[in-house]
Amino acid sequence: MRSFTLQNFVTLATDPVYGTIALRTLGIAALVTVTDATIAFPIAYYMARVAGGRTRALLLMAVLLPLWSSYLVRVYAWRAILSPGGLFDWAFGLVGLPNLSPGFSDVSMWIVFSYLWLPYMILPIFAGLERIPNSLISASEDLGAAPFTTFRRVILPLAFPAVVAGSIFTFSLTLGDYITPKYIGNSQFLGNVIYDSQGVAGNIPFAAAFAVVPVVIMAIYLLAARRLGAFDAL
Amino acid sequence: MTGRWALRIATLLGFAFLYIPIGVIVLYAFNAQRVQAWPIQSFSTEWFSAALDNESVRGALLLSLEVGAGATLVALVLGSLAAFAVQRYRFFGRETVSFALVLPIALPGIVTGMALNSSINATGIGFTTLTIIIGHATFCIVVVYNNVIARLRRSSRTIEEASMDLGADAWQTFRHVTLPVIRSALIAGGLLAFALSFDEIIVTTFTAGTEQTLPIWILSNLARPNQRPIVNVVAVALIVLSAAPVYLASRLSGSTGVGGSRT
Repeated sequence: MRSFTLQNFVTLATDPVYGTIALRTLGIAALVTVTDATIAFPIAYYMARVAGGRTRALLLMAVLLPLWSSYLVRVYAWRAILSPGGLFDWAFGLVGLPNLSPGFSDVSMWIVFSYLWLPYMILPIFAGLERIPNSLISASEDLGAAPFTTFRRVILPLAFPAVVAGSIFTFSLTLGDYITPKYIGNSQFLGNVIYDSQGVAGNIPFAAAFAVVPVVIMAIYLLAARRLGAFDAL
Repeated sequence: MTGRWALRIATLLGFAFLYIPIGVIVLYAFNAQRVQAWPIQSFSTEWFSAALDNESVRGALLLSLEVGAGATLVALVLGSLAAFAVQRYRFFGRETVSFALVLPIALPGIVTGMALNSSINATGIGFTTLTIIIGHATFCIVVVYNNVIARLRRSSRTIEEASMDLGADAWQTFRHVTLPVIRSALIAGGLLAFALSFDEIIVTTFTAGTEQTLPIWILSNLARPNQRPIVNVVAVALIVLSAAPVYLASRLSGSTGVGGSRT
């Protein structure tokens, strides 16, 4: 009875449904990563280079608490916000655009994933920015660079590996998730296919074959991240 | 100075984004109406007592506490032993051991969960509280390990040698010298392990069989409108019960990198 087969991988590669799901997952994971980097950078910058010791410790705690508080509860909170008659419907109604409220859709998944993984992006960028020696910034200013030039030519390149380090989390966590797509969105993710194959369908070999997809994607991603110096920034 | 103000506003908005959803769910827990709509019309605390009276909620809470305590205990023993081995000795496969310990927290939960599920099926031990504890221990070990190994790196071995030179035996040295050095790291690691275990959902769904921890209870009642008031209360309890240990742990360890989280 025990034999090996590549049939599951053939199904994976030839059935267009799975290609669409993989691309959707990757697309949203990429979008979430960019969004989180954009939101996280000013926060991390403020914490690392502007705030004083006490404020910094307080803000750091404020970033850590959501990170450690229940993932499920945070998804549930968003379900309450996005559901009909919830905070979003109310807010969009208030500004006279009730039809723009995202409801349960790919847009809401993008918002919720960005929310869930934001602390994972803030922390590495914070650590990266904190490590930049003040002397480098003084040197840039002494050489006549305007604040924005210093930011663009000195701070940003030095902080970039940290952003890549944060993106490892935002990217990999989105790839493996199946609860958020199920309760916040209305379309399938890689994680849902894996989960449903092993649970509902009882097809563990197919689930395992599909689980190889995120593992391979993450392996490639990690190799690329290492080249960009992200591992030293972790 | 417009740049600095823009930075302040962006930071403020970022934190608002992080905390508004949590605030919304806390407010909903005090919502007097059964129907969940925004804005909330009137407030009440009746759902808190309703949740306490709910037998399935109580059972789930007890199981979660039991699993949290069990997984923390396993993590404290195995995590600190591993930290001592990796930090104090050079042996074949040392790097691999340290990598293998950290891996479960880096892998997507669904992969860990499926692997555990298949393994438990293969051994035929059945899905019980014990299998949930084993599942949670896989990723709880790493937070204890990280905390203890960080402490060991910063502390010097010479005080132990001094203790031995002064005639203390191995047990006395451990009891009076080593343990006080690592005590707060152990407590911090243990608190974090408990917080991780207490609200873990993904690995739990693969290892729990028919048993319900608090997160599983929420998940199975998530889409039931008539249970919503009680789910809100349980959600708030979960926030408080997992945030408190993290807050304590970070005060104890005095470090910011609490060793990674998982979802």
